[in-house]
Amino acid sequence: MFSPLNFRIGFFLAVRQLRRSSVWTNSLIIFVMVLTFLNLVIVSGILVGLIQGAIEAVRAQYTSDVIVSNLNTKTYIEYSPDIIRTIQSLPHVEAMTARYMNGSTIEANYKSRTDPDEKPNTAGTQIVGIDPRAEDAVTGLSQWIVEGEYLEPGDYDQILLGSYLLKKYVPVDSPGFSALDNVGPGTKVRIKTGDVEREVTVKGILKTKVDEVSFRAYMVDTQLRGMIGRNDFNVDEIAIKLKEGADPIVVRDTLLRNGVGKFAKVQSSADAQPKFIKDIRDTFALLGNMISSIGLVVASITIFIVIFINALTRRKFIGILKGIGISGHAIEISYVMQSIFYAFIGSAIGFVLLYAFLQPFIARHPIDFPFSDGILVAPLSGTLLRISLLVVATIIAGYIPARMIVRKNTLDSILGRK
Amino acid sequence: MIEVKNLHKTFMNGQVETSVLKGIDFKIEEGEFIAIMGRSGAGKSTFMYQISLLDEPTRGEIIIDGINTHTMTTEQKTSFRLARLGYVFQDYALIPELTALENVALPLLMQDIPHKKAMSIAQNALKTVGLGTHTNQLPSQLSGGEQQRVSISRAISHNPDILFADEPTANLDNESSRTIMEIFKELHKQGQTIIMVTHEEEFGKMAEKTVTLNDGRIVGVKKN
Repeated sequence: MFSPLNFRIGFFLAVRQLRRSSVWTNSLIIFVMVLTFLNLVIVSGILVGLIQGAIEAVRAQYTSDVIVSNLNTKTYIEYSPDIIRTIQSLPHVEAMTARYMNGSTIEANYKSRTDPDEKPNTAGTQIVGIDPRAEDAVTGLSQWIVEGEYLEPGDYDQILLGSYLLKKYVPVDSPGFSALDNVGPGTKVRIKTGDVEREVTVKGILKTKVDEVSFRAYMVDTQLRGMIGRNDFNVDEIAIKLKEGADPIVVRDTLLRNGVGKFAKVQSSADAQPKFIKDIRDTFALLGNMISSIGLVVASITIFIVIFINALTRRKFIGILKGIGISGHAIEISYVMQSIFYAFIGSAIGFVLLYAFLQPFIARHPIDFPFSDGILVAPLSGTLLRISLLVVATIIAGYIPARMIVRKNTLDSILGRK
Repeated sequence: MIEVKNLHKTFMNGQVETSVLKGIDFKIEEGEFIAIMGRSGAGKSTFMYQISLLDEPTRGEIIIDGINTHTMTTEQKTSFRLARLGYVFQDYALIPELTALENVALPLLMQDIPHKKAMSIAQNALKTVGLGTHTNQLPSQLSGGEQQRVSISRAISHNPDILFADEPTANLDNESSRTIMEIFKELHKQGQTIIMVTHEEEFGKMAEKTVTLNDGRIVGVKKN
């Protein structure tokens, strides 16, 4: 069957049939193949990208490339000043931010409360003490201000609130969850952390899709340190931003080799991803593959129908070809080659569309999902695998109908008999 | 050259059995030009399809150059047709996507003749039938007579032992029909064995011998 001669004749017939058949028909089939290819890549790419977008946002806005946090058995990172010095000495580090954290309650509207039995308008949160400039250099926190202004190093009794602490941004009234009402820039709120209570002014509101940022409140580190009595300068978190091209794993391992692991947890951003995020990403990838598989079946059926109709309408000519002595295998190969042509051209156009237009465009304009800015994840290896799958499915889908028609009795085909 | 022994062909239409050829015994010698004639439904086309190996007889034997074709597989028959037989069909049977030249060259290419040589042979075959200037035209750009001449070129380009023609003039006007018949006469003069089915007496008489069929049997053989 696969003799070079049959291939040569199959190619001879396929080229001429493609070249001289209707441009519109060919364009339509190729268009279907482009859509099929995009369906194969984009559905799973968006599903994975939805989670990947969230992961990327957590890395950019919270953990940065490497995060150092307190051990599970400690409430803060011991010997923080030494650890900070070690971090600053590493050549890979571009910037770092140290955070003091303490659980606290924020109360609003206490001045307008007249009934002592009325439930106070409070919200529980982590209050985070930061060096505003260092934090901004690492996580770009200032760009997420939606109301008011970002903190300045000398700010006193000023606070930033994450949007999830405010009812107007989270209008959900579920049991166990309370948010602050009627609060905006300039509003006075009372924060209570440990035994210390202080009235501060809301300077700005932060809004991002990263829960760890939007569920927190921020104030200048020197002030929080004073409130919680952390006079030893021991912090709770250190986020480290690395220089372009630096490997977080290398930095993590360097810190561990330097003994930081004895006093703190050192993780790359990937290490710090919660397991459920990884599970969701894998689940979405699986779902994407399942949906893509359906797309592959649809594409196969489309090619089957196209080739079957093509072969059926040309049954008489197939009969004539066999009648004058052309091998049935050469005729089958000609149809398979046409299928491969459609799959390759469709995939090639889809490939160019994907990498030259869609992926860069979605990277610049992420899809606004409720909990993440979705990107399109389409690694080259996965895309090439999908192209291979599409071509294989197309070969099978092109061969079967061609074989069905070629197998029919030669004279019946020539005379159009059933 | 061709020996037909007790040839039967029966078609089943549901439960109804229709016998079209009812025991034909016949011999065709090399270089003969035979016209198979008869009324519509006499079985002439069916007879030609059997002896040209396009169909399987229900019973009987067809022996070509001493080879009993009954024992051949489908693939072997296809190769045999390619190498030794040529066909001219009533409706020209050209492949619409191929030019005149490509239509003629295709059986040559299938015989593994190099592309350049095949094209050159095809070009000459087209010249033989007066279509040397129409080589790059598609069948749709040719008249019926021209298409039939391309069909003849395709049938003779590989020097077949036997040329089969099924009603080659049926779809043509009188002038084109005469041109086709002149080509057949010329080929016959050069020693080509031709077996032609026709219902037109005028053209049947141009053959060397006329075989008349009626109701699935040979009822007359006449030298012209």
